Amino acid sequence: MSEATEASVRAEVRAWLEANWSVDRGLVEWRNMLIDSGWGVPTWPTDWYGRALPIGLEAVVEEEFRRVGAVGVAKTGIRRLAAATLLAHGTPAQKERFLRRSLTGEDTWCQLFSEPGSGSDLAGAMTRAEFKGNRWVINGQKVWTTSAHHADWGLLLARTDWDAPKHQGLTYFVIDMHQPAVQVHPLRQMNGHASFNQVFFTDAEVPPENLVAGIGKGWAVATTTLMHERRGADGISRWGAASTRPGRIYDEERAEIATVMEPYKWYPQRAGRVDLILSRARETGAIADPVVRQEIAKVLTLAKTAEWTARRARAAQVQGRPQGPEGSLGKLIGSHVSRAAASVHTLISGADAMLAGPDGPHDGTIAEILISFPANSIAGGTDEIQRNIISERVLGMPKEPRTDNDRPFRDVPKNVVT
Amino acid sequence: MQFSFTNEQEEFRSVLRRFFEDRSPPTTIRRLMETEAGYERDTWRALNQELGIGAVHVPEAYGGQGFSFVELGIVLEEMGRALVCAPYFASTALAATAILNAGSEPQKRDLLPGIGTGETVATLAFTEPNGRWDEAGVGLTATQAGGSWRLEGTKSFVLDGHTADLIVVLARRPGSQGKDGLSFFTVRGDAAGLTRRPLRVLDPTRKQALLSFAGVEADLLGEEGAAAAPFARTMMQAAVCLANENAGGADQLRQSALDYANLRVQFGRTIASFQSMKHKQADMLVDVELAKSAAYYAASAAAEDDPELPAIASLAKACTSEAYMQTAIHTVQIHGGIGFTWDNDTHLWFKRAKSSEVFLGTPAWHREKMMQVWEAA
Repeated sequence: MSEATEASVRAEVRAWLEANWSVDRGLVEWRNMLIDSGWGVPTWPTDWYGRALPIGLEAVVEEEFRRVGAVGVAKTGIRRLAAATLLAHGTPAQKERFLRRSLTGEDTWCQLFSEPGSGSDLAGAMTRAEFKGNRWVINGQKVWTTSAHHADWGLLLARTDWDAPKHQGLTYFVIDMHQPAVQVHPLRQMNGHASFNQVFFTDAEVPPENLVAGIGKGWAVATTTLMHERRGADGISRWGAASTRPGRIYDEERAEIATVMEPYKWYPQRAGRVDLILSRARETGAIADPVVRQEIAKVLTLAKTAEWTARRARAAQVQGRPQGPEGSLGKLIGSHVSRAAASVHTLISGADAMLAGPDGPHDGTIAEILISFPANSIAGGTDEIQRNIISERVLGMPKEPRTDNDRPFRDVPKNVVT
Repeated sequence: MQFSFTNEQEEFRSVLRRFFEDRSPPTTIRRLMETEAGYERDTWRALNQELGIGAVHVPEAYGGQGFSFVELGIVLEEMGRALVCAPYFASTALAATAILNAGSEPQKRDLLPGIGTGETVATLAFTEPNGRWDEAGVGLTATQAGGSWRLEGTKSFVLDGHTADLIVVLARRPGSQGKDGLSFFTVRGDAAGLTRRPLRVLDPTRKQALLSFAGVEADLLGEEGAAAAPFARTMMQAAVCLANENAGGADQLRQSALDYANLRVQFGRTIASFQSMKHKQADMLVDVELAKSAAYYAASAAAEDDPELPAIASLAKACTSEAYMQTAIHTVQIHGGIGFTWDNDTHLWFKRAKSSEVFLGTPAWHREKMMQVWEAA
């Protein structure tokens, strides 16, 4: 096989789109065509719906899709993480069963990792999975589960061995969310939205074929999922944006995005809405205030250097160079940007910063920034955990002293107040 | 816009890093900073002969290496890292750039090759005792009489001004204001009527001088009355250069703080094992990497003459200056008491960080310049 070049890939994908793309197709029909042709996930292996293209050429394919307005495979929400995790760790049967329907968007997913007693200390999970008869039986509670209320499947981290050390007693499962033994209750946040849920398992069941990567291997699999989650948190991740164009396939995509992205609709506000800062400052006249100008310039500097840092990391990745420190900082920098942006929006809005909803600036959007940004430094790994990771893995500093990973989990003090 | 260095540029950087590590150890810095000149002619010539970096961004037609601001940025980052005591910023980053921007063809052919080889140490005299970094601060006058130009006035904060062979001077027509009536001139360092006094400076690794011009005969550089645009361009490019130097110095301090934290034992463990120290180091890495991103982006913007350069150059200067200073403060803190001693090397970089925070305009001043561009956009 001749080596793929930018020009050859561009020509090939362009010709394929010319022959096949039509706005009159059904969304699932079209995505199945993408999967069969390999253009839906071109960097995936050829055995699994891809073309094994180098990461660096993915942008070329995306460009050609954008050029004609072609819809891609379903990548929004947790299904992106599910697909990446199962591609890396799933059995052929699991890949067969789950990958295609995740890429077509027919199946939706949620991630069942955090528990009330294990947030930053994720490996302290206490949700119990026991093999009884011919199936795994799940008991326990998960929390912060985005989209659990409309998910078909869950990525579940549960404890299967209480005599093994902490990280070795965890197992990764795919659980069917449509069973009465799984109860989902929304969790209302300080900004009034309820994007997250608490999920209760009372003798919920998982068939043995839905165990991923072996008993006791759950931590390694969960790490893959988290890596993909944090990679998406580099400040320039693409949240699904619906096209406004007419056509059957766009109508179907809009409906899908409306459902899947509903829990994420405040996420742009959580990130600080740096894009609104200059126009808001002109609107309120704060642009003339020398103190506000200084603060605006600081935030714009932070946001731009954050973006350039992410682009440096990506450029290194495309060139196949080892990842430098710039690749591990995006999550922490994103927190700084959102915090600083919220502070500047307050300065710009003056007294109106006290008003919310229809009485607040921009129909409540500004208020939503001011009460949403704290999530950014917590979700997906707190700033403090990020600093531990950066100092230990990037800078090589000593690991935190531990007393919990050299003995059976049974004997480890648990993360509960007694 | 370039977001990663080419293999050739990386190789260029590692050659420079090895060379400066070898030739500019702290013992050398400490010896040179005690001298009035702040550098040695022989070492300076040797550096230029061996590395050929004296005119790295100057086209080959003028005896330069014909590279861009990206390569000049690499040189400055590595010089900033090693705190090299040399008139490079004055001669190459400031004077050669000003001559490139303002000079006529014959003047560029005449003046630039000597700067490139290091035979001529040049500098740019633009600021006056009022400390303004823009044309509004220029009061030194140039008057024409009998076919020659005479300069009258005072320049201050002139890098290596007391040792330079060639001084590029920004002057104005008597009675003119603002951007009007500005011209560049060149003056020999030993010109009659020129009094040069080395200033006592906070950062002894970068010397400055006060220059008094009493009817000094000067040669016009470029067009009379048309220096406003080339001056503004020179200031943007100089800010980009200083940003890259800042990034190098900050990275050096960050690494030295990390090395020390890994060595220093208290309470029976290295201080690097304390979470307060780990989190501070993580924050320092964030500051320095953001500063590098700003410096590299700005160098690339200068190389491509990006229309956004006026805002980007100021952004890079402000961002890297604050990162450098903050890193210096943290580095002293992490060293504890020893970090406040003369014997420890941290203060050498600390003082450069402080001096460079102010030189070419404070972060707040540059942020205001950024806002003037962005509010109009």
